Amino acid sequence: MSDAQDELRIALAGNANVGKSVIFNELTGLSQVIGNWPGKTVKKATGTLFFEGRRLSIIDLPGIYSFSTFSEEELVSRQYIAEERPDVIVNVVDATVLERNLFFTLQLMELEVPFVVALNMYDIAKRTGIDIDVQRLSAELGVPVIPTVAVKRVGLTEMLRAAIQVALQRPPPRPRRLSYGPEIESRVMLLTQMIKSKGRSGSYPPRWTAIKLLERDSEVETMVSDRAILDEAARLRSEIESIHGEPIGTVITSERYTLAHRICSTSLTFREKPRPTLSGRIDSLTTHGLWGYVLMALITIGMFYAVFSFGKWASGILESALDLFRPLLQNLLGPGPVGKILVEGLVEGLFAGIAIAIPFILPFYLMLSVLEDSGYLARIAFLMDAAMHRMGLHGKAFIPMLLGFGCNVPAVLGCRIMETRRERLIAAFVSTLVPCTARTIVILALVGKYLGVTYALSLYVIDIGIIFALGRVAYKTLPGEPIGLIMEMPSYKKPSGRVIARQTWFRVSGFVKLAFPIIAFAGAAIKAAEIAGVLNILSDAISPITVGLLGLPSVVGVLLIVGILRKELTVLMLATLLGTPHFDAVLSPLQMYIFAFVVMLYIPCVATIAALVEEFNWKDAAYVTIFEIVFATAAGGLLYRILLALGWH
Amino acid sequence: MEEAPEEYLEALYKLTRDGNPIKTTELAKQLGVTAASATQMLQKLAKRGCVEYIPYRGARLTQEGKSEGAKMTRKHRLLETFLVSVLKMRGDKAHAQACELEHHLSDEAEEALCRILKHPEFCADDKMPIPPCDSPFTSCAECMAAGTHYESKREKPIKALTFLKRGESAKIAFIRAGRGAVQRLCDMGLTPGAQVRMVTSAPLKGPVEIEVRGSKLAIGWGIASRIFVEAESLV
Repeated sequence: MSDAQDELRIALAGNANVGKSVIFNELTGLSQVIGNWPGKTVKKATGTLFFEGRRLSIIDLPGIYSFSTFSEEELVSRQYIAEERPDVIVNVVDATVLERNLFFTLQLMELEVPFVVALNMYDIAKRTGIDIDVQRLSAELGVPVIPTVAVKRVGLTEMLRAAIQVALQRPPPRPRRLSYGPEIESRVMLLTQMIKSKGRSGSYPPRWTAIKLLERDSEVETMVSDRAILDEAARLRSEIESIHGEPIGTVITSERYTLAHRICSTSLTFREKPRPTLSGRIDSLTTHGLWGYVLMALITIGMFYAVFSFGKWASGILESALDLFRPLLQNLLGPGPVGKILVEGLVEGLFAGIAIAIPFILPFYLMLSVLEDSGYLARIAFLMDAAMHRMGLHGKAFIPMLLGFGCNVPAVLGCRIMETRRERLIAAFVSTLVPCTARTIVILALVGKYLGVTYALSLYVIDIGIIFALGRVAYKTLPGEPIGLIMEMPSYKKPSGRVIARQTWFRVSGFVKLAFPIIAFAGAAIKAAEIAGVLNILSDAISPITVGLLGLPSVVGVLLIVGILRKELTVLMLATLLGTPHFDAVLSPLQMYIFAFVVMLYIPCVATIAALVEEFNWKDAAYVTIFEIVFATAAGGLLYRILLALGWH
Repeated sequence: MEEAPEEYLEALYKLTRDGNPIKTTELAKQLGVTAASATQMLQKLAKRGCVEYIPYRGARLTQEGKSEGAKMTRKHRLLETFLVSVLKMRGDKAHAQACELEHHLSDEAEEALCRILKHPEFCADDKMPIPPCDSPFTSCAECMAAGTHYESKREKPIKALTFLKRGESAKIAFIRAGRGAVQRLCDMGLTPGAQVRMVTSAPLKGPVEIEVRGSKLAIGWGIASRIFVEAESLV
């Protein structure tokens, strides 16, 4: 294929928060596809663009600080770079934190891959008084360095040209070889020779393999799997450790940082003493022990208030607009069972999706992007860390939970920000228990309307208590080492409108692609089951639970099954099934309270289950689902009896 | 019974952790002695340079007193941990026994005890934190690997990162954590010897925000309390 020959693969690599994704989005526009790596769960984004007559495929690697095996992202990124061999790598670095970023650059140099450096946020560095001698830096590293300001598209063309030039160069250019201190360097060379002569380094450079073996990297040890080499590595390692009196990981990391510091000091000058910046002043207010929390409460409450008032208004307009289509479709598809399944199942599901996604999820994402891009989200994680530790998670997990109040689907997807799979799973599990928009509708329409706001609020309080308790249980029972918060605090900056618009669009379209087909098809399936009479049989089958255990009328069995689709359907359909919108005529206050309680907890909706499958696997999704069904019925039954004993009826 | 000066140092270390001085009467109550004998002992300790008086507010440990208090507390809690978790003694008995043994425990034995107990962070009985040792290692993994006693001592006193005051700078001395966490912190720039500056800390055992190598990091309280820095002042 001549097409494939012309295509160049460019991978973006670097620390988190350096603007990689901004560069990616600026380059590829709206063509982003989120896909899986073969056999891996870590997501990478790929997109294509045509540049000066050439087709470029851009791969956005996850933001990492090192190539150790601390997180899956780090492991998978280095495997991608070594095994898939992209034609060139663009190492995006934050010019304002050059030393820490160069630490990663040095590790790319050790992988001996062709790359260029995009010196991003060059303008901010200049503004804060940091002068960088770009030519000097380029000479020190032995690779092209291009200053960029990604949010303003400055330098991106030059960056692509430099990258293409490096990619086409034959033989491929090699970055400069770095030398460690003599006592490490001599041993690295010794081990490199041994690995080279035995040919045991796979697709990795022998020198890199030698360094990683000294660092006791278990993945590399498995790859090499040669007794003699491993023994020699162990011997050399203990020699280095006894010379330095420190564990090997610390020795080599310190050496790399010393190198990074040296390169920095030759090519970087502080024009003036860094003075307190505006960002610093905002930071000290937003992380303040008292005012920080007040501000956070105001911002999040304001955000929810804005989203819900906009959502209510917009969904009203949308629904009346969609109502115009309904008779049209009904006429078109006919009144037969097939037409019914299509219109009342599939189409109705799609309509409901639209009526939720656009009015509620879109503004929610928009505000979240503003908080994220400005740097405030990291401060929320900082403030909430102590509270989140009570349930065995750390501050970052508060962000997906916050998302969960809007919709559980993005909450589950948002758990990607957690470092380890274990923490991702705990965070996703507790997120599915957060009362989303749909559950809020049920609680307000039943308990809020007939029993009063206090009772509605009591449900939220109980729910938060349950979330803390179950989070704690999951933390204690799931295997694996818990990790505390280690997070970079990005500087505050003015959010960029373009970045926010793109981010919001990606997220909303991601949600639509994942959730809409499932809502539509599950809707059709349930409608078909209803027409075939299966629904009533199922409802009768679970009546010992609904009637016997929970003390609810038997019709709610149908509702609980339909509610799997979307939870707000339970109250919408309750009116049709009972034949009256006045619920107090047929349900006692106790029944309303118990019903709302069970709906709040009993199962993640289908779209959330799909998100769990997407992020984890079928088994974990099944565990969470089954657990929540059992837990909600048991807790509902218990609550029913407690309230009866307290004199409710 | 008259209490040994070490008992006073230990009690002062425990009671003045927050940096506030303690009244003589309060200290006497805590130790179960008369106010007169407490005053006498405090004067003796002040002469030795371990205690300083702040008029109307009470007594406080000096730099030296603090190191000595930490050392005694460390020995006490290590012994208590050993008695409870290895010898399975009851907590109250272990405590009394540890009070007696701590005066006779050599530094070498203290280090060996710490290794055999796998460098515990908290006392097995009352769950109080065990102060870090003063040997020149940069991590517990290193001490475990060495397995022998080091005669040399660290030159400067050390304290946990969480005790740095806002704006205060210090050098990373050692990290009491597993291999994975140490590697992670090193990767983020917190290598031994690196200069850090405290930016701010959240209340109620919340995280700390520090500046290292030009970048700002938020670190959870749990990890931050296991990162020890060389400090100019212990208070």
